[in-house]
Amino acid sequence: MPAKGWIEVSDLYCKGCELCISACPQEVMELDMSRLTPKGYHPAHIFTDGCTGCAICAIVCPDAAITVYREVTKAVPTAA
Amino acid sequence: MVTTAPNNLVYERPEGFTDTPTHYCPGCTHGVAHRLVAEVLEEMGVLDKTIGVAPVGCAVFAYNYFETDFVEAPHGRAPAMATGIKRVMPERVVFTYQGDGDLASIGMGEIVHAAARGENITVIFINNANYGMTGGQMAPTTLPGMKTTSSPNGRDVETQGYPIRVSEMLSTLDGAGYVVRRSLHDPKNIRLAKKAIRIAFETQIRGLGFSLVELLSTCPVNWNMKPVDALKFVEEKMVPYFPLGDYKLSAGAAQIKI
Repeated sequence: MPAKGWIEVSDLYCKGCELCISACPQEVMELDMSRLTPKGYHPAHIFTDGCTGCAICAIVCPDAAITVYREVTKAVPTAA
Repeated sequence: MVTTAPNNLVYERPEGFTDTPTHYCPGCTHGVAHRLVAEVLEEMGVLDKTIGVAPVGCAVFAYNYFETDFVEAPHGRAPAMATGIKRVMPERVVFTYQGDGDLASIGMGEIVHAAARGENITVIFINNANYGMTGGQMAPTTLPGMKTTSSPNGRDVETQGYPIRVSEMLSTLDGAGYVVRRSLHDPKNIRLAKKAIRIAFETQIRGLGFSLVELLSTCPVNWNMKPVDALKFVEEKMVPYFPLGDYKLSAGAAQIKI
């Protein structure tokens, strides 16, 4: 089963350039046409399941607007 | 239930960046180059002892975006300024960030002589084939036949000359320790570019001479293209004319392992 991931796109930095959308290997990203950022861009978002947290969107993002998370499947040893 | 715990984190905005949003046009790969430099400086742990030299050009406000010390150079004179800073403060990491109108045109003399002297500085050279800030005029790196605002019928090599391949030219100088060309048009090449930037800074820290990373970059607005199409233009038109590769890899730089 593929890893499950999710992203957060900062409204402050995203300029809606669509580079992440064309780069996403899972093709789960699109521009959110239902809202605007304070700068007046439609921000990128994930519109359906399937994100694996591969971070390729963050690698191509020119504005470092994307934070990527991935579900931890293995038990993480807790401190002490 | 999944929570946003630290161990869930795969990628976040690098610490080398300030909170200021960049002024670059949407989809401009200047931002990618900035991010790679910030990530490399953060990974090397030298953010607090780095001095950047900003150019004149689109990256003129670079000092607003990096969590490092910064100075602003006159047009094309960033290598000369970096030379002075590095000689006075050799323990600092000094890099310049220059575009092709800055480095390959008005600043050609400075960059050639900085390389010839083997100054221990790192140069990040953005090649986007035009003058971005002033409205897309023809630059020394504009491709033959490419339309710009000052070559509206396409660059005619009969009267306007041929593009300059900066990396190849500087690689002939003995003072250069590490001169490579990379591209920013897809995730694989962005990763390779980051590795090259890391090696360039390592070259400087080990005192192996002048290091330069040329990055093929996009200018979607002045090329009249969508950002995605501009990446295709780099891949299909610029990479054949400006081949990617290591042009100068001194014996010391070749031994750097990351």
